[in-house]
Amino acid sequence: MNRTQPLVLGIESSCDETGVGIVRGTTLLTNTVSSSMEEHVRFGGVIPEIASRAHLDAFVPTLQEALAEAGVSLADIDAIAVTSGPGLAGALMVGVCAAKALAVATGKPLYAINHLVAHVGVGLLEGATGTRGALEPAADAPREPAQSALPENMGALLVSGGHTEILRIRSITDDVELLGSTIDDAAGEAYDKVARLLGLGYPGGPAIDKLARTGNAKAIRFPRGLTQPKYMGTVEEPGPHRYDWSFSGLKTAVARCVEQFEARGETVPVANIAAAFQEAVVDVITAKAVLACRENGITEVLLGGGVAANSRLRQLTEQRCRAAGIRLTVPPLPLCTDNGAMVAALGAQLVMAGVEPSGIGFAPDSSMPVTTVSA
Amino acid sequence: MLILAIDTSAVASAALVSDDAPESVLASFATEDTRTHAEVLAPGIDALLAEAGVSGHDVDAIVTGVGPGPFTGLRSGIVTARTLAFVWDKPLHGVMSLDAIALEVAESTESAAEFIVATDARRKEVYWARYTLSDAQLPHLADGPHVGFAADLPDLPVYGAGAGIYSDVVKAVAEFSTRQPEALSLGQFALARLAAGEQLLDSTPLYLRESDAQVPGPRKRAL
Ligand SMILES: [Zn+2]
Repeated sequence: MNRTQPLVLGIESSCDETGVGIVRGTTLLTNTVSSSMEEHVRFGGVIPEIASRAHLDAFVPTLQEALAEAGVSLADIDAIAVTSGPGLAGALMVGVCAAKALAVATGKPLYAINHLVAHVGVGLLEGATGTRGALEPAADAPREPAQSALPENMGALLVSGGHTEILRIRSITDDVELLGSTIDDAAGEAYDKVARLLGLGYPGGPAIDKLARTGNAKAIRFPRGLTQPKYMGTVEEPGPHRYDWSFSGLKTAVARCVEQFEARGETVPVANIAAAFQEAVVDVITAKAVLACRENGITEVLLGGGVAANSRLRQLTEQRCRAAGIRLTVPPLPLCTDNGAMVAALGAQLVMAGVEPSGIGFAPDSSMPVTTVSA
Repeated sequence: MLILAIDTSAVASAALVSDDAPESVLASFATEDTRTHAEVLAPGIDALLAEAGVSGHDVDAIVTGVGPGPFTGLRSGIVTARTLAFVWDKPLHGVMSLDAIALEVAESTESAAEFIVATDARRKEVYWARYTLSDAQLPHLADGPHVGFAADLPDLPVYGAGAGIYSDVVKAVAEFSTRQPEALSLGQFALARLAAGEQLLDSTPLYLRESDAQVPGPRKRAL
């Protein structure tokens, strides 16, 4: 196996995107994605069985397209990587079985990879960070080995329809720690539910983001979950949820608010509610993320996940990171949403770090902890 | 002709069958478990190929059971078969999974001229199909596959694990009352049908049920 510039094929199927990505070392060759998002629109959220059925039919065509776009054959590949968790159990199963079959058919080593850590790993791809990214070495820095590109004191804020986490990464291949996460809905899920309440359709994120620009965020004050002293505690004596989030109470508050306008026979100020809801989400996410960074000596943060597309989240994260002296990196959106390139990118890091492959006997784990980078 | 057959409609199983081999069997495996397909299937196939000294290039076709069966397990076999067929560039065929048990019934001394094969569909239902037999022929699928309550099955002898579970309401054939579809019989059935010049199915899964998703109704307004 080539361990300096390995050609790695990554497979992602943890939610509604079937992704196949191919990288050579830290160079992205293809990021091919087939999404079943359209099929979930009428349900107002991802339906696991529909996503799983779509993965089954999309896998081989997506693989074929990725190989063609990268201009490589399976025989050239050094290793295969696949998301084995966390994610929807039935959806993960399709990608994992496909990856194992690929390993059996080609005889190539297989790495079972943590989806959340892969969101961070994508930041190590050249060009993943816009100009010269925070996560890439400076032009005059030694280029080898490539995995040394990861800065010290690194953190990641992941916000999507499936997860909301703040991580500390001491080593992308073997030392990742979960500092905080949502205890109920993911932020993107809260957007979807509130968008449905406001009659804005699915997916909720872009719809609310757009409408919020025309509303007054200060017109209504919605609660910021888990910010009371009993949850926060102090630096010396942290409360039980100092860096955690909760969005279910916020969703209920929005529902009550809408009902009150209706009960009074008044027009529901949809734009103001959208703006105030978005402000509540973004405020609490960024406040707690920056707090976690400051208290844990994190000075470099990567923002990942589909909600990284949200204009207000990007704006406030940038603002608060700058004020706290934290350098922020946001990969281009196609690398923020779920994709196979991030799985391949992390796979390549594992190969370069000399980590042994997972074999073909592992089971997908829908609640895989971030401390398990590869199975 | 050498076929690699895979079925995960109930248990996880795979087999190498060939018209050159005695009883047409080269090697096969099947689990008893119906919930560990993702772990055991690929290692099982890998060991099967090694045991028979066969590589992907030697295989002439891949056959997959297309169900009916519990969805997640069923997909694990189909995606495995599709991927192997793609990488090895081999033809891929589907066979209705209940046919595997029907072939075993036809070859047994217990066979009736007309019978039902049933497997567990969970939620108190069975997957089932009706077959007819005539001398020295492969079982003929007369009706199905369907999903429904065991009590609503036609009044015929019922073979397979679906009969065992509901032996209080169906005419379960005792010897077959725990039988699950397996790749070995499925592959033999495919081999026989291809030899007879018959067409097989493609690899589209027979789910028989929609996903449980409900389109949300309009939100109720206050007042
Ligand atoms: Zn994700």
